[in-house]
Amino acid sequence: MSEDISAELVLPRERCGELLELVVKKGYRLIGPKLEQGAIVFGPLRGVDDLPEGWTDEQSPGRYRAVRRSDASLFGYAAGPRSLRRFFQLPDVELVVLRRGQDGPRLDYGSGDTRPIALIGARGCDLRALAIQDQVLARGAYPDPRYVARRANTLVIAVQCTEPSGSCFCTSMGAGPRAELGFDLALTEVVDAERHHFVVEVGSERGRELVAELALALAAPRLSSEARERVAGAAARMGRRFEEAAVHDALLANLEHPEWDRLGERCLSCTNCTLVCPTCFCTTSEDRIDLTGDVVERHVRHDSCFSEEFSHLHGGSARASIRSRYRQWLTHKFATWYDQFGSSGCVGCGRCITSCPVGIDVTQEISVIGGEPCKLNP
Amino acid sequence: MLEFERDPWRVESLRVTRVTRETEDTFTIELDAKPRAGFVFQPGQFNMLYAFGVGESAISIAGSADEPERLVHTVRAVGAVTNALAKAKQGERIGVRGPFGHGFPIAEARGKDLLLIAGGIGLAPLRPVILYAIQHRPEFRSVTLIYGARSPKDLLYPRELLSWASRLRLETTVDRAEDDWFGHTGVVTKFIEGALQNPESTVAMMCGPEVMMRFAARELTTLGVPEKSIFVSTERNMKCGVGLCGHCQLGPFLLCRDGPTFSYDRIGPLLSIREL
Repeated sequence: MSEDISAELVLPRERCGELLELVVKKGYRLIGPKLEQGAIVFGPLRGVDDLPEGWTDEQSPGRYRAVRRSDASLFGYAAGPRSLRRFFQLPDVELVVLRRGQDGPRLDYGSGDTRPIALIGARGCDLRALAIQDQVLARGAYPDPRYVARRANTLVIAVQCTEPSGSCFCTSMGAGPRAELGFDLALTEVVDAERHHFVVEVGSERGRELVAELALALAAPRLSSEARERVAGAAARMGRRFEEAAVHDALLANLEHPEWDRLGERCLSCTNCTLVCPTCFCTTSEDRIDLTGDVVERHVRHDSCFSEEFSHLHGGSARASIRSRYRQWLTHKFATWYDQFGSSGCVGCGRCITSCPVGIDVTQEISVIGGEPCKLNP
Repeated sequence: MLEFERDPWRVESLRVTRVTRETEDTFTIELDAKPRAGFVFQPGQFNMLYAFGVGESAISIAGSADEPERLVHTVRAVGAVTNALAKAKQGERIGVRGPFGHGFPIAEARGKDLLLIAGGIGLAPLRPVILYAIQHRPEFRSVTLIYGARSPKDLLYPRELLSWASRLRLETTVDRAEDDWFGHTGVVTKFIEGALQNPESTVAMMCGPEVMMRFAARELTTLGVPEKSIFVSTERNMKCGVGLCGHCQLGPFLLCRDGPTFSYDRIGPLLSIREL
């Protein structure tokens, strides 16, 4: 369908608000980009005015700055520090409440807020990350019913990426910049001195209903091809590239490479990379007891493989050194994820590179550890 | 509404019917699993045991698979959860989720020599295999158990060991003996060669410290037992037991989902990489 240019429509900038209002009217919660504490992050939106109009970002290893643009783009930025993970696999979920009773505790299971979510401005990399998390949390022998319930009926209004950051490498991971699948509508923003339009691709029946209700006009072929050029331009501006197909074997053949020692010295084990990564899924469970000792809340919350207790077993941690924890994280994302779940665990969004306080660049490290087959920008 | 019928986090609250102290820090808990309609398990599978208000721990099932309504676990009190479980009394309740993971492939050993090697508390996950082998003895050409512990007072199931001795070949060994000890001393690997009759048609199942399993596997393969016929039970930190929490990774495997039992040709190379 995305190849069928004639199917594309045009949404003028001034009608963006109408689209979001229509989505809200249909019962969805809006999750989209907004400027918050100096960064463009995903969060609940009230409407179109919450979008980061006229903002972009500058990113490089260890550095993020939200800065003003010279135009009024609504989606003119790259992946921010908050991914979509937290809206589907909540950072902290109450599993069950236990109350002391005569014959053992009474157990009450909660279900939480599961009104459907409409994702506004998800990129190709964000959608690939959701597909990867679906594979882990919803497609195994034991799906997580809380995740499945929150993911059900997610409406996706994607925005094709025209603005890669200095940390991005989605082209290497086959995850972008174009979103090919997994959206109901995909917008491409075309903005210059005279115009501000969105070219709209329809990806589902639900999407078709939305554009029908808005009675959008067909996009002129020239506008459509201009939109495509902007996305292609983003691909061409991607700062780094490597041969992803070679990484699995190259990393696993070099588990004792001296670079792991250097990484063990540089890495602070701060967990930032696992907090910003859109595919990280690890959790831990814990009991929280009230002061009387009669009521216990059992929670599942996000966890990080960089903490020492993550692999704790009687007698100590299986991965006591930072070197081993870094090796676990990198080899999991880029190699053993294939063995466990059938795909890479990385989408090339670059969040881990930008958020690393010491500026560790995973693409650089892969090229050092994997050697010739993984060298950067071949 | 929501599909919480098959919620893998849902806990069953089961009554403790008996608690037996095994050694200084190890005890056996029996739970009444009759309320869990249709509960069945394979020898080598585990449950998540939940001490209410404290947390969960992954514990192998140590009872007979022919008698699954008597749910038996042998636990070593080493952390907050297992110490809380150790305090459980008859009539109290413990939370259970499971059974999870893949058990030992007993069918692979039919018609062959079955060699079981256990170290310390590693005897507990093998106990369902032992009970099965005794109950179904004609299915196997021979059944041998080599069991090692630190000292005589660290031996699990001491009375049962005596009764097993008449039904299978049993070699019990300790690291440190005392005057009243009539068994062997030394590591379990010393007794492998003497126990092997037909290496190429022997199936070995092991559970114990990783270092023990590595040396025992090396001895077995040196003596001609194929790596594919050696099965080990592995252990890592587990939080969910069902492949959702990520804690029990070992290279390409999630031990709860892909294990905890593995054939040695698959898991052996990973066990020799430090801190993997």
